[in-house]
Amino acid sequence: MANVISDETIEYVGILAKLELSSSEKEEAKSDMGRMLDYIDKLGELNTDGIEPMSHVFPVKNVWREDVVTNGDDRDNIISNAPGEKDGMFEVPKTFE
Amino acid sequence: MGKNYETVIGLEVHVELATKTKIFCGCSTAFGGAPNTHTCPVCTGMPGSLPVLNKQVLEYAVAVGLATNCDITQYCKFDRKNYFYPDNPQNYQISQLYLPICRNGYVEIETENGTKDIGIHEIHMEEDAGKLIHDEWDDCSYVDYNRSGVPLIEIVSEPDMRSADEVIAYLEKLKMIVQYLGASDCKLQEGSMRADVNLSIREVGAKEFGTRTEMKNLNSFKAIRRAIEGETERQIDIIESGEKVIQETRRWDDNEGESYAMRSKEDAQDYRYFPDPDLVPISLSDEFLDEIKSRQPEFRNEKMARYMEEYKLPEYDVNIITESKKMADIFENTVAIGADPKKVSNYLMGETMRILKEKEMDPQDISFKPEALAKLIKLQESKAINGKVAKDVFEVLFFEDIDPEKYVEEKGLKTVNDEGALRKVVEEVIKNNPQSVEDYHNGKEKAIGFLVGQTMKAMQGKADPASVNAMLKEFL
Repeated sequence: MANVISDETIEYVGILAKLELSSSEKEEAKSDMGRMLDYIDKLGELNTDGIEPMSHVFPVKNVWREDVVTNGDDRDNIISNAPGEKDGMFEVPKTFE
Repeated sequence: MGKNYETVIGLEVHVELATKTKIFCGCSTAFGGAPNTHTCPVCTGMPGSLPVLNKQVLEYAVAVGLATNCDITQYCKFDRKNYFYPDNPQNYQISQLYLPICRNGYVEIETENGTKDIGIHEIHMEEDAGKLIHDEWDDCSYVDYNRSGVPLIEIVSEPDMRSADEVIAYLEKLKMIVQYLGASDCKLQEGSMRADVNLSIREVGAKEFGTRTEMKNLNSFKAIRRAIEGETERQIDIIESGEKVIQETRRWDDNEGESYAMRSKEDAQDYRYFPDPDLVPISLSDEFLDEIKSRQPEFRNEKMARYMEEYKLPEYDVNIITESKKMADIFENTVAIGADPKKVSNYLMGETMRILKEKEMDPQDISFKPEALAKLIKLQESKAINGKVAKDVFEVLFFEDIDPEKYVEEKGLKTVNDEGALRKVVEEVIKNNPQSVEDYHNGKEKAIGFLVGQTMKAMQGKADPASVNAMLKEFL
């Protein structure tokens, strides 16, 4: 494996993803991520001079909709997905700015 | 002290677009619905839902870009900005980082030292977040996603402003352009226009910028001015005491007149932007841009020139009545139904501005009908009511939907044109005020003013002052 993921990196990625990993999970994730990067590195072998960076693989563009209201009040269905509910609102753990 | 400092300010202005639906779904953007009644799987971030761009958002963004002299990015796309916060149900905000829709523009502002260009770095399209409600007593927060997915454009300026005055002038200019385009009502108090202030200070003449802070929660021009003055002072104090300004986001508390460092979201600065794979790229043809250009409205400068030419209005008038699109629209609509342009202008500059100022209202809030103003002017022209009564009636029609003709009739406000009745009152007034009569005869022309006043009072204001004046002179 050419790419070695450090303990600090896996810790940081865990924080960003809001994941708490056990030490064995961390080792596993380090090795998985290393292999992913090795795989991506293959692209570096290609000559990409003069090729525009690509963001989408399908040759589709300009998918738009008109500015017309098509959705009505579907609150009961939407709220049924909430972890908790009060007065028609999603209830979440207390969050400060 | 002794050192001279210069304030360097750049703004990030969020403008909520006046579309009927959200940016990526067909939910209504109407304000004030019961919580979560304008939501669907897309704007609540349900797995598997797919966003589709609202074409009107694109058109407004391009229109604002063209009006602010920007280059339009004809091939552009959306990116995901990743962060965790409950008001953001997808755990990412759809925004534009790599290829924003507009770049490299400017607007011209008026300053004490003449005109100045303020650079616009970029304008990008993005979605608004939901609203979090915190309960004082509960250990929970509550989320309403009605605002989630409401379209915004963020207008990012260059750090070209040097004072609170310049910032206000820039914001007024942006507001006017966006309102003229009909792209937003731009109400700071209601949050449809929001400004974050990036501010740093440096010694006058320095080439490098100082460390900047970002200030949020500024919801009036007054708060913006106070926050700029407060933050400038705070940073000067820090530097003067030999310490360093920390780059951070601060929240302005307008009641306290102070700002506080916001608790930083854990590692919030690492947004790991990447292209949104759910939204296909946008490729705008020259024809698309030409079409939007051809639909651009008449802007203020053009309107000013036309009003002076077409209606022969003085520059002073034109300056005031074109300051907001709303006012200009009322002017044009009232004149279109036959009212005299100068008289309409007088009502807008005088009474309307006075009421707006007194009630701390925005021209956007004006609701009276052009027909009502036109009728009022006609009543005054035909001398059916005098100027004083007309002003009183205007104050009523400004707030209530009345028909001035009926109102005047019902309230008995018509000028009494009965010469006999007037003659009697005038005789009475002359009899009761011998001193003023004598003064007048002794050459004190002004004494007649008092007599006119007494006559008007006796007539309960319902006389034509010019006729009263003439009749008094006749008697004297």
